[in-house]
Amino acid sequence: MIRRSLTLFAGLFVLILVIGWFMGVPFTSSRLVEAAAYSLIAMGLNIQWGYGGLFNFGIMGFMMLGGVAVTFISYPVNPQFWGSDGPWMLGRALIAFGAGALLVIAARQSHRIGIRGGWKMALTVLAWFIGYCVYRSQIDPAAAYIEANAGFVGGLGAHPVLGWLFGGVLAAGVAYIVGKICLGLRTDYLAIATIGISEIIRALVKNMDWLTRGTLTVSPIPWPTPLPQDYQAGGMDAQTALLSARGGFLLLVLVIFAVAMFLISRAYAGPWGRMMRAIRDNHISAASMGKNVTARQLEIFVFGSVLMGIGGAILVSFVQINDPSSYQPINHTFLIWVMVIVGGAGNNWGAVFGAVLIWLVWIISDPLAQLLFGTISHWSGQIGWGEIPDIQSRASQMRIFVLGAVITIALRFAPRGLIPEVVRREG
Amino acid sequence: MALIELKHVVGGYGGAPILNGVDIAIEQSDIGVIVGPNGAGKSTTLKAIFGLLKVTGGTIEFNGESVANSLPDKLVPKGLSFVPQEKNVFTSMTVEENLEMGAFTRKDDFSDTMTWVYEMFPVLAEKRRQPAGELSGGQRQMVAMGRALMSKPKLLMLDEPSAGLSPRYVIEIFETIVRVNKEGVGILMVEQNARQALAFASKGFVLAGGQNRFTGTGAELIADPEVAKSFLGG
Amino acid sequence: MTELIFFINQVVIAGAVLGSIYALGAIGITLIFGILRFAHFAHSELMTGGAFMAFLLASLFAAWGVHAPIPMGFVVLPLAMVLGAIFALGIDKGFYAPLRKRGAKPVTLLIASIGVTLMIQGLIRLFFGSGSYSFFENEPKDVFRFDMSALGSTRPLVITEPQILMIVVTAIAVIALHFFLTRSRLGKAMRAMADNADLAQVSGINTALVVRVTWIIAGALACMAGTMLALDVTLKPDLAFNIILPIFAAAIVGGLGQAYGAIAGGLLIGFAETLAVFNWSMVLKPLNTVLPEWLQLPQTLALVPTEYKLTVAFVILVVTLLVRPTGIFKGASS
Repeated sequence: MIRRSLTLFAGLFVLILVIGWFMGVPFTSSRLVEAAAYSLIAMGLNIQWGYGGLFNFGIMGFMMLGGVAVTFISYPVNPQFWGSDGPWMLGRALIAFGAGALLVIAARQSHRIGIRGGWKMALTVLAWFIGYCVYRSQIDPAAAYIEANAGFVGGLGAHPVLGWLFGGVLAAGVAYIVGKICLGLRTDYLAIATIGISEIIRALVKNMDWLTRGTLTVSPIPWPTPLPQDYQAGGMDAQTALLSARGGFLLLVLVIFAVAMFLISRAYAGPWGRMMRAIRDNHISAASMGKNVTARQLEIFVFGSVLMGIGGAILVSFVQINDPSSYQPINHTFLIWVMVIVGGAGNNWGAVFGAVLIWLVWIISDPLAQLLFGTISHWSGQIGWGEIPDIQSRASQMRIFVLGAVITIALRFAPRGLIPEVVRREG
Repeated sequence: MALIELKHVVGGYGGAPILNGVDIAIEQSDIGVIVGPNGAGKSTTLKAIFGLLKVTGGTIEFNGESVANSLPDKLVPKGLSFVPQEKNVFTSMTVEENLEMGAFTRKDDFSDTMTWVYEMFPVLAEKRRQPAGELSGGQRQMVAMGRALMSKPKLLMLDEPSAGLSPRYVIEIFETIVRVNKEGVGILMVEQNARQALAFASKGFVLAGGQNRFTGTGAELIADPEVAKSFLGG
Repeated sequence: MTELIFFINQVVIAGAVLGSIYALGAIGITLIFGILRFAHFAHSELMTGGAFMAFLLASLFAAWGVHAPIPMGFVVLPLAMVLGAIFALGIDKGFYAPLRKRGAKPVTLLIASIGVTLMIQGLIRLFFGSGSYSFFENEPKDVFRFDMSALGSTRPLVITEPQILMIVVTAIAVIALHFFLTRSRLGKAMRAMADNADLAQVSGINTALVVRVTWIIAGALACMAGTMLALDVTLKPDLAFNIILPIFAAAIVGGLGQAYGAIAGGLLIGFAETLAVFNWSMVLKPLNTVLPEWLQLPQTLALVPTEYKLTVAFVILVVTLLVRPTGIFKGASS
């Protein structure tokens, strides 16, 4: 088993060298940083799906939360906003939100003053409605005012690593709410609910211009490590500066990755992991042994989502731009699933292997598909069938097909992945 | 030639075999009862006959034809029917629809069979338009038996038909089984109420550890002091 | 009166059309769930693929010089539905049946359906690009305006020809499905298998046949829903992928496995979505004359801004999961 993993990782290393040879070192170094971030995200999904058997089809949403979080924390302060009436209006909106929440809580407690059954239900619905209207009456003008006068709220100018952590916290919060509602029901419900929440997060981030600047995008987002420009200012040549800067960034991501890997492996080898496997493999018997299945699953769902939030934040930091319209379920949710399935669900190293491999394949498949289509087109043109129109866009669509094919083929012929879970004998 | 004959049947769900050589022979006029302790392979025997688990050794012949590892949709038209112990009615469907489902494999007109079933269980005729899930436990058992009889079987197999029923209903169900047998349907059933069931059985099989321990008529088995001591609770 | 007609135009008609589409999609999902016990995510692609097949057929017919009094999309619909059914059967045979045979768990099938989604979507994009198409490039979309001045309305009642046909066709499909499920032997067998698959097998029901029939119905209805959606708006590769959430929400709200529940759920979500984004200030405008200065109604007064339409289905889904996880018609919850 170990030998197989080592061989596979050695092969991966060779692949990286080959890509480096053909595509150049700057290209490859970028892809490696991204691959490290994706490894973190794939590990998050591996915890949820491989360890816990939980569906999360909303990875994109958690990544977006990370992106918004790091933008908000690390982007420089916007003095125009802080100097305007914006904060005051937002404060009022917050108060309105609090008032609405209080109203709903009060309505839910109305049985204490003797309101029961249908009346209580009606009162609760009414409270929700009034609370919502009160909040909207404050937030709408505030949003319009900020967008008109200050653009958007800007950031806090804090260190990006704080932003990454905040991304994790934000993702955890949303995961907690979704998990609280859906866990304990059919597993499919979680899949649908997560798709829903990620689409809603996307709609919010795209349209809440006052907070995220929406489709106008925010850039440049600062790096936690020195930028190439900083090295160049110190007298380095462009190439070395670029590599040093990216190397620094990669090192930081790898440190976070190592910490996460260490903590997870340790936890999974211990009693907590044993319990998780028991729950995943036999829901009912674990429940009858007195394990609180739903609470454990909630833990696992939140932990996994934290990694997704952090990974999403790192990616946004690295490319220095937060562009909500660049997020697609195919590229961000299902790509991660392919990584974990191909790599081997239930095995962290498998997930990491899958993440790096699939990310590289995904990236180089675009030029490869262009090449393939170009050749076919040239050939079909020669024999008189005419050339293929729009090679550029068609070739990139081909990748989606290949992604789907990889999932179905892997499920059919290698359902446990390339580096499968090590089945432990227990008890 | 027996209606159904199992010779040294070995089988299980993939792992270690649960049946280690079961012998059973039943005529169409017989009521056969399988008794034995928990885990003896009683229900498993019925499931093996009905193709619900893998038979790896021995033979199963029905009407002289080998039927080992045939699936239910092939067995039902041949004249075999099975009433599982639990979840044996379609709860969301009416009583009449439940009966129709029993006749799924029949291409001919089955209205006379339905009349026959309603005559046997008059209470079902009253509730024909009611969803089976709303009936009492005893009535559900009748729906389940009625459904199994709709294919006009030669052999009816029942898995613990009296499980979970009140004593009054147990007697009623047993009486019904005897009546069905008189109409020319062979019976093979598994029972926990061993003494009661063996009392009207023409053939009895005591299973333990997936093997026959004693075989004989019901009366013989009840009279056998060893059977009584080990399997009938003294 | 003008306000009422406006309301009918904006909410009743639009909601009925959207609800019909959701309902047709949700029926397929709920049937597949009832029989095979997995959430079939690729259903959206059965819809989109069906719509593209109908589009190709319609273009072909138009090229052959076929003329019809109704939009070409509806003329080719029966044929497209046959193709849609074959398409669905082929997908089952190629991707799900081998996994089922191996005894794979429903969760594996769910993930496989994601793979199928991506494959079909990739193929559609490969051949059709990512642009949008219209069924009405070569023929006009007839719009009927019924003058309502007799009732004192300054606005006419507006409905397009495809919208009328859609509501009619959906009604026919639902009634046909009802008779199939309650009167025919196979339809009853389908309900039996959804109720208790083990018992259905023991009863001698040919479960493989029931599975095939399920795919045929689901594929045909998905093709119908997709074509209708494309007729109502435009045809694009992510046509149905974008509405997979409301469709699943409809199936869950109605109770998974319950065909009637899916219809009710589909209509509920369709109407809820249109009501939520409806601009009430148009209807309530007359109130401005009586309301004091500080309480004048704003220009837009929708419960939910249009860009958050999706949240409506989600909120209904969440409320259902919290209050009654089995759905209105008590479907499967575990």
